[in-house]
Amino acid sequence: MPFDGPLPSFDLNADFWSLRFVEETSEAFCVRKNVPQPLALSTDRGVMASVYVDGGYGYAATADTSPAGLREALARAADWARATARHALSDSRALPRPAPRGDYASPSVDSPLPSRGEWFDLLRRVAAEAGCDPRIVDWEALAEVRHATQRLVTSEGGNVVQRFRFVFPSLAVTAHADGVTQRRSLNGHRGICQQGGVEILDRFGFADSGRRIAEEALELLTAPNCPSGRMDVLLAPDQMVLQIHESVGHPLELDRILGDERNFAGTSFVTPDMFGTYRYGSELLNITFDPSRPEELASYAFDDDGTRAERSYLIRNGILERPLGGAISQARAGLAGVANARADNWNRPPIDRMANLNLEPGDASFDELVASIEQGVMMETNISWSIDDSRNKFQFGCERGRVIENGKLGHVVKNPNYRGISANFWRSLARVGNADTLRVLGTPHCGKGEPSQVIRVGHATPACVFAGVDVFGGEN
Amino acid sequence: MEAYFSQIAAVVDRALVAGERHATWFSAEQSDFVRMNRGKVRQPGRVVQRYVDIRLIRGERHATHSLSLTGDLAADTRSIVDAITGLRSALPELAEDPHLLLPSVIASSSTTRGGAMPSADAMVETILGAANGQDLVGLLAAGPVYRGFCNSEGQRNWHATTTFNLQWSLYHRTDKAIKSTYAGFAWDDAELQRRMVSAVERLALISRPPKSLQPGKYRAYLAPGAMEEIASLLCWGGFSGRALATQQSALARLKGEARLDSRVSISEDTAGGVAPAFQAEGFARPSQIALIADGALVGSLVSPRTAREFDLQANGANAYEIPESLTMAGGALPERDALAALDTGLAIGNLHYLNYSDRPACRMTGMTRFATFWVENGRVVAPVDVLRFDDTIYRMLGDKLEALTAERELLLESNTYGSRMLTSVTLPGALLSEMQFTL
Repeated sequence: MPFDGPLPSFDLNADFWSLRFVEETSEAFCVRKNVPQPLALSTDRGVMASVYVDGGYGYAATADTSPAGLREALARAADWARATARHALSDSRALPRPAPRGDYASPSVDSPLPSRGEWFDLLRRVAAEAGCDPRIVDWEALAEVRHATQRLVTSEGGNVVQRFRFVFPSLAVTAHADGVTQRRSLNGHRGICQQGGVEILDRFGFADSGRRIAEEALELLTAPNCPSGRMDVLLAPDQMVLQIHESVGHPLELDRILGDERNFAGTSFVTPDMFGTYRYGSELLNITFDPSRPEELASYAFDDDGTRAERSYLIRNGILERPLGGAISQARAGLAGVANARADNWNRPPIDRMANLNLEPGDASFDELVASIEQGVMMETNISWSIDDSRNKFQFGCERGRVIENGKLGHVVKNPNYRGISANFWRSLARVGNADTLRVLGTPHCGKGEPSQVIRVGHATPACVFAGVDVFGGEN
Repeated sequence: MEAYFSQIAAVVDRALVAGERHATWFSAEQSDFVRMNRGKVRQPGRVVQRYVDIRLIRGERHATHSLSLTGDLAADTRSIVDAITGLRSALPELAEDPHLLLPSVIASSSTTRGGAMPSADAMVETILGAANGQDLVGLLAAGPVYRGFCNSEGQRNWHATTTFNLQWSLYHRTDKAIKSTYAGFAWDDAELQRRMVSAVERLALISRPPKSLQPGKYRAYLAPGAMEEIASLLCWGGFSGRALATQQSALARLKGEARLDSRVSISEDTAGGVAPAFQAEGFARPSQIALIADGALVGSLVSPRTAREFDLQANGANAYEIPESLTMAGGALPERDALAALDTGLAIGNLHYLNYSDRPACRMTGMTRFATFWVENGRVVAPVDVLRFDDTIYRMLGDKLEALTAERELLLESNTYGSRMLTSVTLPGALLSEMQFTL
C-alpha cells in the first residue's frame, strides 16, 4: 500500500490530479444477552483519483493500488472530466490546486489496546450487570476499534499522511413490562465515539455503567409520560449533540446552500446573504468548527481536498459568520469557509461535511441551569430525530426526562419530545452550561450525499437551557 | 465477474485446513455516478469495488473478516490467505456460539438480469438535453452490481444485475420542486424524454403561489412515493423476528389485539423484487413471506441467529431482518380517481425524514416534501408549504384508511451508502380520511 515513499510517474495530460489512499481496519466485539457475538474484522483499502482537465472534473475509485491500477484510475477520471467539461458546474481551471504537506496522528494512536479476550471479558461484565432483572428483555455491550490511514498526494507536490484510531464503546438495554417498552443507552446509539485508546472507556465510566443504565430503563417503565405544553427545557449534552448536528450543522453546509443536496438530503433555510449579519441565536450562542481538539472524533490536520484545518467561529455571539464549506464550495460561493471537504472512504468523492462542530461553553454550573427553570423538563439522550429538508421544522425525542419545578429536579418522565423551528429555536437559548457540563461526543453515522456517504462527526457541547419550547410526551 | 468470483471461491476453499468450514459473501459493482446540479454536472466518476466477507468456522466457533479485493487474483489470493490465517489464530480465544446456524442443504443458483446500456456520459447528454435549462439536480447511478455466496460445502450462488437509476428534481425555487425517477434494466431515450416532459408539466403546478396550512387534521392522499417513506420506517425493525420477540418492534402491538385495516396485506416478495434469492449465510429466500395479512401480523423475517436464539424457523432473512423486497397489496381505488376521492385535502407526493415519536405505539413523525398540493373538489389548487405530521400507523393504516389504489408502483432503492442497493418496495397509494399535522 503506497502510504509512504514515492509514487510511480504518471504521463497524464491534465491540469491537476490527486490520489487519496485510504486504508481502514476494524475489530468489533459484542456481547448480547450475555452471549458473545461472532468476532467481526474488516480491512478496506483503495484509492480515489481526481483529475482536472479542460475545465472539467472527474474521479475514479479503485481498490487496485498497483502502478497500473493508479494509471488506469487517473485515466478514467480524466475521461470523465473531458466527457463532461462542457456541462461542468464549475470551471475546474478556476479551482484551487492544493499542495499540502504535513501529517497527523490521533492521540495515543499506537498505545496498547486490550487483547480480544480482554475486550470480551470487559463486555461480558458490563452485559452481566445490564441484564440484572427479568424485565430487561434485551441488552447489548459493544466495542469497536478502527484504525485509518489516509495519504493525499497531488500533482502540485502535495503529500499528507494522517493516521487515526477511533474507539466506539456502546451499551443499550430494553426493558419491558405490563405492555410498556423502554430503551436506555449510554449516551445514545454510538454516542461515545472518540479518537484515542482505552482512556476513552474510563472517560465515560463504561465498565461500571451496566447496572445504572438498566436501572434507569426499569425506572422508565413505571414513569409517567412527559407533560405537554410550552415550557423551558434543559438539554443534556447527549441531546445537544443532535440539536447542534441537525439544526446548526446541516443548515450551514455550503453545498446544501449551493443546492447540491436538494434532490436527496435537502436544501437549507440559510442563504449566502445571511453570513456576517444574520442572528442565528441568542448572544449566548457560539459555534466553532474545531479540528484541533485531540480526542474529538473528527479532528484532523487537513481535509480530503488538502486544505489545512483550523479552528474557526461559525456563529459568534449569535451572529452567523461563515459556512461549513470546503475550498471548492468557497470558490463557487465566494464565501470564506473551513476545511471540511470530506469523503467517508476511498470510493466516494469529498463533499462538504461537518467535522467537529462544537458549542462553546458558557458560565453556568449544572445546578445553576436547573435553578434557572421555574417549570420545565430536562431531557437526556437522543432517541428520535426528524427535520424538514430546509433544516428548519424539527421534532426530536429523548430516552429520559425529568421534570423541573421551581428550580429543582423532580420525577422521571418517559417519552420526552419537543418540536420547534431552527430559525427561532436558537434565539431562545437562555443559559449555557460551563466547561464542567461539557461532553465530547459525536456520531459515526452522519448520512448525506449522492452517491451516499456515512461519515464520522464530533460534537463537544455543554448542557443548555432553552426557554418556551413546545414539549410533549408519548401516545399513552 | 462470475468467473472471478469462482476463482475467489476456490482460493477460500484451498486456504482451509482440516476441520474448518467457511461461508463467504461476495459483493461488487462497477458504478458510474454522475451528480448534477443547476442543470450541470457537479461530480462525475466511476467506482470499481469488490468485497468479500469470509466467515471461518471450526466447530461452534467462528469469526468473519470483511476484505476489499483488487481484482488481481494473485494479490487477492495473498490477502485472502492472510485474512484466513488471522481468523484461524483468533478462533481459539473465542467462545462457542450457541446461535450459529448454517444451511443444512446445498442450494446453488445463478441469476443474471439486464444487459447492454448506453454509456453513462451518453445518458448524461440525453438527461441534460431533455432538461433544457431547467434547474435540475440529481444523481445518475448506472452499471453492473454483483452478489455471490459460496461455502465449503460447495454451494455457489450468483446474482448479477445491470441497472440504471436516475433520481432527479426540477426546482421552481427554494424548496418547491418536482421529484422524478427513471430506473430499470433497459435505458430508453424516449421514455426519459416522456418523464421529463411530465415533470416540467407538474412544475407548472408547483410554481403556483403556495398555501400555508395550520397544524390540524386533514384528509390526505399519500402517493406511492410518500408511502415508500412510511414503509421504509416500518422496515427498520418492524418486521424483525428478533425485534418482535424482544418487544422492540414498532409493530409489537400487532402481536396482541391491535389490528390494521383489513385491506392491509404486506409481504416480503423476493420473486417480485431485484434482491438476490439468497442471503449472506447461504440460506435461500422463499419467493414470498406473508408478514401482515388482512390487517393482522402473520409472519416475520427470521435470520439464522434469531432462529437459534428464539427457537424459530429461519426464513432467509438478512442479519438485520430488514425486508429487501417489501410489497403491499393494492386496493380498489383507481389511481386516476384518487384526487376526486380525496375531494378536499392534501395530496402528498413525498414524505421526508421519518422517525418514531413513540415507537411502541408505532407513532411516527416526518415532513411533507416535494410535490405536496392542496386539493379542493378534486382539483389541485396550490402547492403547500412543508408540514410535519405525527400520527400512528394504527390510525393511518387503520381506522382512518379510506382506500388503497388498485395500481401499485415498484420503487427501486436509490440510497447508495457504501454500495448500490438491490432492494425495492412495491406499494399502492393510500387515501386517509384524516392525518394529523403538528407543525
